[in-house]
Amino acid sequence: MNKIILILKREYLTRVKKKSFVIMTILGPILMAAMIILPTYIADWSEATEKRIAVLDETGWFFEKFKEQDNIKFYHVYEGLESEKDGALYERGDMLLYIPLPELNIPVNAQLFSTKQPGLSVTAYIKSVMRQEVENRKLLASGIDPELIKAAKAKINLATIRVDEEGIETKSNTEVEVGLAIFAGIMIYFFIFMFGVQVLKGVMEEKSSRIVEVIISSVKPFQLMMGKIIGIALVGLTQFLLWIVLTGIFLLIFQFGFMGDGGLDLLNQQNLMQESGKAGIDKFTMIAEVLDSTNFTVMIFGFLFYFLGGYLLYASLFAAIGGAVDQDADTQQFMMPVSIPLIFSIAMSGVIINQPDGALSIWLSMIPFTSPIVMMMRIPFGVPLWQLWTSMALLILGFIGSTWIAGKIYRTGILMYGKKVGYLEIWKWIRG
Amino acid sequence: MPALQTINVSKSYGKFKALDKVSIEVGQQSIFGLLGPNGAGKTTLIRIINMISVMDEGQVLLNGKAIKQSDISNIGYLPEERGLYKKMKVGEQAIYLAQLKGLSKQDAVKRLKYWFEKFEIDAWWNKKVEELSKGMQQKIQFIATVLHQPKLLIFDEPFSGFDPINVNLLKDEILQLRNDGATIIFSTHNMASVEELCDHIALIDNSKTILSGEINEIKNRFKANIFEVVYHKQSELSLPAGHFEIVDTKKERGNLVSQIRILNGNKPNDLLQQILPKSEVVSFKEMLPSMNDIFIREVKSKEGRS
Repeated sequence: MNKIILILKREYLTRVKKKSFVIMTILGPILMAAMIILPTYIADWSEATEKRIAVLDETGWFFEKFKEQDNIKFYHVYEGLESEKDGALYERGDMLLYIPLPELNIPVNAQLFSTKQPGLSVTAYIKSVMRQEVENRKLLASGIDPELIKAAKAKINLATIRVDEEGIETKSNTEVEVGLAIFAGIMIYFFIFMFGVQVLKGVMEEKSSRIVEVIISSVKPFQLMMGKIIGIALVGLTQFLLWIVLTGIFLLIFQFGFMGDGGLDLLNQQNLMQESGKAGIDKFTMIAEVLDSTNFTVMIFGFLFYFLGGYLLYASLFAAIGGAVDQDADTQQFMMPVSIPLIFSIAMSGVIINQPDGALSIWLSMIPFTSPIVMMMRIPFGVPLWQLWTSMALLILGFIGSTWIAGKIYRTGILMYGKKVGYLEIWKWIRG
Repeated sequence: MPALQTINVSKSYGKFKALDKVSIEVGQQSIFGLLGPNGAGKTTLIRIINMISVMDEGQVLLNGKAIKQSDISNIGYLPEERGLYKKMKVGEQAIYLAQLKGLSKQDAVKRLKYWFEKFEIDAWWNKKVEELSKGMQQKIQFIATVLHQPKLLIFDEPFSGFDPINVNLLKDEILQLRNDGATIIFSTHNMASVEELCDHIALIDNSKTILSGEINEIKNRFKANIFEVVYHKQSELSLPAGHFEIVDTKKERGNLVSQIRILNGNKPNDLLQQILPKSEVVSFKEMLPSMNDIFIREVKSKEGRS
């Protein structure tokens, strides 16, 4: 036991001290924080400057319809296109919207001249106004009152309410849950692969540098394998925790540093954006409600458990592969079958999220090879406790079994040099 | 009581029999040579002694008792396939290997300081292993093997990768370790070093021990009753046929050197009596076969039989 600790200490420290680990640890949260902050920041920044648009409307249909927006102002011009171009673009630095008289009846072409990028919000607004006006006129022409159509349009707010066995009702919202499910599934996938491959590389390094026999003259091969697997798992957990903490810190720094108005600004900003959108519900209360209803502790505990369980299952198989092969090129034939269940779980994510309680989802969340990803995708939607416990128990059995088999392959493989190993050979090692 | 004994140790890999009832006996504080061609089973036997591999049948006794996992910390093993972590610093790595053998960090550092000074390699302490030459790495590995002062040392091809100066340095160290009380098993193809260092040997070929014993005794067993006579004379001796046979004669610094086989129960003195009246004898000695000759002869003769 003491020796496993020595080994995992070495595995942990050499990796944590590496430059690549430090860079990843700092870069990851910066990227994540940037992904959260930048969209609102950019939106805020681009909207701050007022845009003015000169409208040269030869049809006379549209000008009245362009309403003054927060940052967009419209004004009418009447001269010819060329002279207005000079005036609006070059003298005043505005944009020029030119709607020519159509050759047929209906004007569907327009041109927007500008010296800078006009921005998505501007073009989207102009298009929607013009489309609406053309549609209205078409409807009128065929004798239908556009007001009738408007009145006939219905808006449905569907609140889904989940009732558990004790009859307690919780409001659920699929949008946020889907986001959580996909995020959790991908994180597990990513972590298992990233750190599983580190185990593979570590074993191969020990084999190719010929240190392995020196080490196993002091410790048992199984101790060496487990020390490495656990050491790297701790590296993974360290990285994960640092990411969460650092992302939080960076988010705060970004907000105070760039927004100026303190942390609430971000929230306000998102609320504003939401209001200008069509859904009338306050997104933040929504997220808060969902987080409440998914039971955050189950999410976090589930993530840690399925990350560790899935990692242990796969890392032991990766260790066995590393022990069995001699060269990088030979790893491919064994990596394929081992990675297929992981890739399959991700590929099935659409089906699982659509039907988190469907038969396929339930089965995949029980099989240890797919359960880490699939169960994490199901948890945000609520999973019956007996299923969760069964899945966890199966995963524990799964990794005990896989480490046992991997140990057998590993201890024979690491002392084999210069021999290309096939499946038949490995089967003999497992039996022998 | 022998320091180490293997009794009828057998090991198979599938259909391939790597060891077939191999028995060796290594005396206390002796240097034991484990010889044999490539693939004969030496490394398998060594791995079984180190409990890296598990034998199918037989017994391994350490000081008369069946060997167990906790004995491993009393063995120092330098494998033939050996290396170090390339990215790790020399000192750090040596401490790590010593800790795996059960030394505390303080002890490890203290002893390493002693050995690094002895080998004059203090300057390497903070270097990464990949910056060292192969011979330098071998020195580190040697130190790591002996650092925990094991009672039993096993060296598999210890001299490969060393220049002649370092080979001598290493030989002296091995002899010193033996004199300090260690028992040493040592596997090699280098027969010259076997004659120089070993007290006993075992020759393994095709998974079996084909020869074992005290080195002088083996040489005597394989002597062919050939004597080398150096003498002053113009022309070659003539000796009574049927009693003596001249195998070879050559000229050397004005003397003749003849190798003469004694036949039919004649004694060396009978030969001398034949020569003395005819010439002036400069030297007279028995020719003992070298370990190299014995090795080649034995391995070839087995191949011939099988």
